[in-house]
Amino acid sequence: MSNVFEISDLDLFYGNFQALKKVNMDVPERQVTAFIGPSGCGKSTLLKTLNRMNDAIEGVKITGQVLLRGSDIYQGMDVSKLRKRVGMVFQNPNPFPLSVFDNIAYGPRTYGIRNKSKLQGIVEHSLKKAAIWDEVKDRLNKSALSLSGGQQQRLCIARALAAEPEVLLMDEPTSALDPISTLRIEDLVMELKQDLSVIIVTHNMQQAARIADQTAFFLHGEVIEYESTEQMFHLPKDPRTQDYITGRFG
Amino acid sequence: MNKRRDAVVKALMVLSTAAACAVLVWILSFIMANGLSHITKDFLSSLVPQLITTVYLIAGTLVVALPIGVGTAIYLSEYAKPGKLLSSVRFAIQCLSSIPSIIYGLFGYVLMGTMLKFGFSLVTGMFTLAVMVLPILISTTEEALMSVPQAYREGSWALGAGRLRTTMRIVLPTALPGVITAAILSIGRIVGETAAVYLTVGTSLKVPTNLLSSGRTLSVHLYLLAKEAITPDAFSEAYATATLLIFVVLGINLLVRLTTRWKKG
Ligand SMILES: Nc1ncnc2c1ncn2[C@@H]1O[C@H](COP(=O)(O)OP(=O)(O)O)[C@@H](O)[C@H]1O
Ligand SMILES: [Mg+2]
Repeated sequence: MSNVFEISDLDLFYGNFQALKKVNMDVPERQVTAFIGPSGCGKSTLLKTLNRMNDAIEGVKITGQVLLRGSDIYQGMDVSKLRKRVGMVFQNPNPFPLSVFDNIAYGPRTYGIRNKSKLQGIVEHSLKKAAIWDEVKDRLNKSALSLSGGQQQRLCIARALAAEPEVLLMDEPTSALDPISTLRIEDLVMELKQDLSVIIVTHNMQQAARIADQTAFFLHGEVIEYESTEQMFHLPKDPRTQDYITGRFG
Repeated sequence: MNKRRDAVVKALMVLSTAAACAVLVWILSFIMANGLSHITKDFLSSLVPQLITTVYLIAGTLVVALPIGVGTAIYLSEYAKPGKLLSSVRFAIQCLSSIPSIIYGLFGYVLMGTMLKFGFSLVTGMFTLAVMVLPILISTTEEALMSVPQAYREGSWALGAGRLRTTMRIVLPTALPGVITAAILSIGRIVGETAAVYLTVGTSLKVPTNLLSSGRTLSVHLYLLAKEAITPDAFSEAYATATLLIFVVLGINLLVRLTTRWKKG
């Protein structure tokens, strides 16, 4: 089994504040990896480091190494190409105020695909993969903002999938959704790992237990424990992980 | 004691609101009462050159001001790093918007009209008014751009789009109703402006044939009518022109309302 990401000795500072401390982690391909931990412990920060969304923030300093299948993403990799390979889904659904079709076609068009029938193929394929095709196939030209919250989030997943990424980063993708929409997205994530690797941030431990193959527990910018989900939820090695899982803090 | 003071303050506020409304209604009805009956077909056709000059001036000014204004707003909102420089640029723009228009007029007249030898002409007026409306254009557009949710930008970046594509495909289209509002507000200022136009476009009653022609806008015409009126008849013509001008301005305000409602809904 090979790794899609290899992170070594990663430190990240927002100005003088150190948000990530010596993070070392190998993320295996075609699996679901979950980040858990109390708020403010650096889960989103690490996620955004993996597609360089932190670059836009003023005063960020990053040291260490992040390899995407062996190439350093911070050394001479084109950010646009990186983001084609590493897609992202946000906490709050953020479809563009465009039609369903134009939302999904946005990524492919960014990479230069103009051919109408090719775009149609991609849109249909992506919406099917995100399990929302049946709900929107008759309203591809309607505004994406007219969809429900759960549909919008699956649309955003489809939009990310349209770029055919190798990795999908998801930052608490269900925290703004109702329980039924949440379940649908969890099912979807487990389907998706046949084709790509998923890294998902969640502060819902049951969710991590349900869908993740391995889980990393974060505290104050450090990875305290990182291992198979089974192991972590049944026999955590670190007492702090134990405390968090049993709900003693956080 | 406190209750009584509240009641007094409230009564004063209601009174001043009522006074403001009353004055407005009085002015409007007075002008319309005197003007409406004089709006005849002959009268309207005598104002054609003024209307055409007004339209030319609006179009010319927007052609100059829109690209600069929208470009500046995009730079300020999407590219410039927040900091001292940015806030001082914003402050300078604010200051520019509080300069009396006669000063823009004088400046335009001296620089464009005399030093660059364009004389009283549409070009002189266009550039002068463009500078005059830039502050409102920039600040209204910038506000519209800044009200575009950051989540849209992040969504676009995460799909590999750069800043330019994100701005052109997502941010600007989303802010478009705001940009239109900015343009309409500018049009309102151009239509109503008298001093700066008098000093730059001049007062010629001919229909302008090219950019170097002088002309007379509705507002300038109204000013001259009122100033030169000696007979009661001349005043009624001024009232009629004023009525027309009011309709033009009301129409523009209505347009602003419609576009802002369209933006929300
Ligand atoms: N743009 C930023 N500037 C400064 N500090 C930040 C920024 N983003 C996050 N932080 C800080 O970094 C820490 C980790 O944040 P984050 O990664 O969002 O936590 P989590 O996702 O685990 O809740 C927090 O203390 C947060 O306040
Ligand atoms: Mg977070």
